[in-house]
Amino acid sequence: MGILKRIFGGDAAVQQLPAGTVTVDRHGQIVTSTVSSTFPEPLLLAIARDVLDLFRLARADQMPLAEVSLHFSSLRITARELRGGAIIFLFPQTAVSSIPTPARQ
Amino acid sequence: METRHKILILDDDADWLALCREQLSTLPSHPDVLIANNAKRALAILETEKIRVLVSDLKMPRIDGLQMIGIVRRRFPTIRTVVLSGLEDEEYRSRAYALGVDLFWLKTEMQRSAKLFNECVESLLGQGDRDGDTGFRGLQSKSLMDIIQMECLSRSSSVLRVTRGPLVAKLWIQDGEITDAECEGARGEAAFRRLLAWKTGAFENLPPEPDREHTIDKPVNALLLESAQSNDETSQPDTEPDSEETSLHRKTMWKLAQLTREGAEFVVTVSMEDGKSEGLGTQNVIALAQWTKQAAEVARRLGERLEAGPLSHIAGQGAERQMVMLVNGGQAFLVGWPGESSENLLEKSRKLVASWES
Repeated sequence: MGILKRIFGGDAAVQQLPAGTVTVDRHGQIVTSTVSSTFPEPLLLAIARDVLDLFRLARADQMPLAEVSLHFSSLRITARELRGGAIIFLFPQTAVSSIPTPARQ
Repeated sequence: METRHKILILDDDADWLALCREQLSTLPSHPDVLIANNAKRALAILETEKIRVLVSDLKMPRIDGLQMIGIVRRRFPTIRTVVLSGLEDEEYRSRAYALGVDLFWLKTEMQRSAKLFNECVESLLGQGDRDGDTGFRGLQSKSLMDIIQMECLSRSSSVLRVTRGPLVAKLWIQDGEITDAECEGARGEAAFRRLLAWKTGAFENLPPEPDREHTIDKPVNALLLESAQSNDETSQPDTEPDSEETSLHRKTMWKLAQLTREGAEFVVTVSMEDGKSEGLGTQNVIALAQWTKQAAEVARRLGERLEAGPLSHIAGQGAERQMVMLVNGGQAFLVGWPGESSENLLEKSRKLVASWES
């Protein structure tokens, strides 16, 4: 027993996908979050930074965006611009999951 | 003994029916003029009588004229159709012609130009079922490619049966996409290419066969483009190949036509390797290409860190427009849509990108 652990090591694990909502300020700092606390914060910060980057780059290229959605095969990230910051919705996608859409204001 | 042709007039207005009947009875061929005041009654007559021309009003309760024409074109493809409208509306006119109507006439004009109208209807009565000398029956100025495009643009499902003398070809269309073709012993794309080489013939719409096996998966626009190129090459074997400039111009025109047809504002492509970009429909190609490349990079990096799998697409919404970004191979595509567009932007973008690449 445990032969695979001995060969491949015991800490190999599939990355958990984040689910929930995060609001970040214009500096990329998390203001509020409903994502599980077991999800690594550095990754959450990376998401926030990249999303803010997308909005910033779009503004710099004269095409400001109010909303951006990144569709990966197992995760959807939808972000709405919020006075320089953003509200970010994280939806893990599975074969049986419906695709919830945050209600428009 | 010579049989009299039969005309059926469909209108919910009894006075108009009487007027129309009186006018058409004076035609030189003395047709037998039947009338119906609703679509149900008209269909019953069409089932039992050999009608040559149907004259239908456009606005009627329950089933309107366009719906009626659609039914008639499908169930009675040999019947000539005339639409009478009280409204001068270009949209109705183009929709009617897209359905294969032979004649669209305003009711006011019909009274004012009674002689001309009578001549037109008489001409329709005189056309037999034989194949025309040139073009396709009912749409002499249209090529088969135009006819197929009209069928597909209307998102209809049908089987298009095309005959040229003893030759018979069939094209299966499902929800506006070509799914199968048979022509001169060939099937699938090869059959489609052969069929498009036909310059004359007659066609008719048969009921759809949704269970028919699919042998063609390409988007209809890609198929048409390939077939057109193939036909150009075979029809001009002795001519010099297009210069690079002509070829480029032709491609640009094709792409612009695609863009307009789908209703997109612009398409920008950018190579992920060398950053080389091109675009149509916008003067802001460099900035858009830059954002596209950067967004693709950001998404790739994020996807890898989160182990979220490959990127399907990025959708963006601004105050004036919406955008869909797709990465295909080493190329990223950014498709811009008007702000009010809402339906199937992803599917439409994918289709556009597929035809763009082809």
